[in-house]
Amino acid sequence: MNYERIKEKLEILADAAKYDVSCSSSGSKRKNTTKGLGDSSGMGICHSYTEDGRCVSLLKILLTNVCIFDCAYCVTRKSNDIKRVAFTVQEVVDLTINFYRRNYIEGLFLSSGIFKSPDATMERLVRVAKKLRLEENFNGYIHLKSIPGASDELMQEAGLYADRLSVNIEIPTKEGLKLLAPDKDHKDFIQPMKAVKNAIDLYKSEKKIIKSTPVYAPAGQSTQMIVGATGESDRDVMYSAHYFYNKFQMKRVYYSGYVPVANDARLPAIGTEVPMMRENRLYQTDWLLRFYGFDIREILNDQHQNLDMDIDPKLSWALRHLDQFPVNINRADKRMLARIPGVGLKSVHKILSARRYRKLGWEHLKAIGISINRSRYFITCDSRDFERRDLTASQIKNQILSTSHSKYRNNFNQQLSLFA
Amino acid sequence: MTDTLTYDGSFNGLLTTVFEIYAHKIKNPTIQTQLQAQQPLFGTSSSVVTDVDKAQRVYKRLQELSTAGDMSMFYRAYLSEIRGIENTLYEYCRMTFTAGKAPTGDYGNTTLLKLSQAAKMVGREKHRMEAFIRFHLIDGDIYYANCEPDFNVLPLISSHFKNRYADQRWVIYDLKRDFGISYDLDSVQEITIKFNDPGLQRGITNKIDGQESRFRESENNYRNLWNQYFKSVNIESRKNMKLHLQHVPKRYWKYLSEKVA
Repeated sequence: MNYERIKEKLEILADAAKYDVSCSSSGSKRKNTTKGLGDSSGMGICHSYTEDGRCVSLLKILLTNVCIFDCAYCVTRKSNDIKRVAFTVQEVVDLTINFYRRNYIEGLFLSSGIFKSPDATMERLVRVAKKLRLEENFNGYIHLKSIPGASDELMQEAGLYADRLSVNIEIPTKEGLKLLAPDKDHKDFIQPMKAVKNAIDLYKSEKKIIKSTPVYAPAGQSTQMIVGATGESDRDVMYSAHYFYNKFQMKRVYYSGYVPVANDARLPAIGTEVPMMRENRLYQTDWLLRFYGFDIREILNDQHQNLDMDIDPKLSWALRHLDQFPVNINRADKRMLARIPGVGLKSVHKILSARRYRKLGWEHLKAIGISINRSRYFITCDSRDFERRDLTASQIKNQILSTSHSKYRNNFNQQLSLFA
Repeated sequence: MTDTLTYDGSFNGLLTTVFEIYAHKIKNPTIQTQLQAQQPLFGTSSSVVTDVDKAQRVYKRLQELSTAGDMSMFYRAYLSEIRGIENTLYEYCRMTFTAGKAPTGDYGNTTLLKLSQAAKMVGREKHRMEAFIRFHLIDGDIYYANCEPDFNVLPLISSHFKNRYADQRWVIYDLKRDFGISYDLDSVQEITIKFNDPGLQRGITNKIDGQESRFRESENNYRNLWNQYFKSVNIESRKNMKLHLQHVPKRYWKYLSEKVA
């Protein structure tokens, strides 16, 4: 192994791949049954965290940063003057196996710039996964990028070796895509998603009849959207996300605050702050949709096109629907408990379970771990002490904000500081 | 008047103690490990001899009255080694035996809540060890890793590593508690190692000041590649050290090459 050469390639190709935020390594059912290497039947594991606080779970690299496309938001765009390199199939396999054996990673996340043609690129990606599975008996996690425009047959094969497939839609709106990635067609993104979804459905239904049917992409598919690059509203972003969750049964939609990588009049300038706060609120909304039983129209609609930056979306929803509160902790159903600001799903579960034994009062709720500071305006419990004043939404909001210290406070404090 | 009972620190020892408390109808027992035991000012102190049969009887009865989740919580809370957790565990047994049923999910109950929180901490540490263990290929084709977990989690992680690294020999050693687990391609055994030079052995983890690394060249190369990878995936403009430290507290750094190098 030519160590210096590999190191240089790794530096360039890991750097180029880092804007892909997906790092999940969970949700697969690949068991190590043949005394081979690796097992991805459990939960995901983050083996380290970078200084930006993101999880390092997979060896996330590009096969090559050679690309025939010229998307304005991308570091590896054709017109960018950077050094181009490529890994061989064997090099990627060696790196993956050796990192995995030392417990550095959960598996491989392989993406690539598009060289020659989408099919040629996809074929190379599939070859890496195939080699890992068949020759190295590797049962770790493999996440492959579906290359927009690749043929359905290749996508079919990819799913047999990969745990997850993903294609990044990147720009939430069609208009934005036309502006920033003129060579790409919206349809080319949708096509591989469709192919994967159909294949997953097909294999699942066959598995019911023939038990030996191989699994196809057991961890499903995911996608990613860049936010803050084209002036889209939160509603645009979340409605697109909603579409992907419903239409393609996506396991995850990721939101990536745009990190300026190019001087281009169509995009925020280099040095513009990454919209991390907004990203955070979008993820909170995403969770509300997937786990808390909210409908997207309840949170974002024509009246509310953007999320509040200073309070979380659940609190924001509750303040708009004060008529549904207060909720009695000892009586309310699961759905309503999950809608109380400051009460997470773990607490909901604990409340449901604990109240079978006794009526719960404030001290119980506090010990269980709910955020009293935010929830006290919205609940009653086994105590004569509860919020009696008829506070308006803005009064409640101000009280909550004045008694809490968000770590993001600086990001949304509009008022100029005198002593900054 | 309280009676202090001391046991050897093992799980069976603890269960035997519970047995003895019932057998001798001891009113207000306090349980301590022999290591931390102090002569009480008032009352009596006696040490319990671990008896597997007695322990089994207590365990079986507990099992009959509990769900699998309860048992796992009970064991994990024991592994936390938190000072005084034995008494909470005894209290839990007492509640279960008295009611004829484990207080599953009674989070309004302080004893249960305490145990479930301790178990949660242990679970978190288990998960951290599954993440932060770093193997080094050493002589004899053994993948070796040191660790110093906050709680005694090696018993919990052995099956994870056994399933995952079924085709390589490995050793994970807990320097704090001075024992380790070793896998020989067939089964996992508990081991203790007599280090020739304990100071040096600790150094196996990472950088040794003023000393050549004792690994093969290829081993160092892979370590450097990993360090390089770690550096490259960071996005400078998103830097957030507070979050970083929350995820990777400093006490784990010495065994993580990417954080030391």
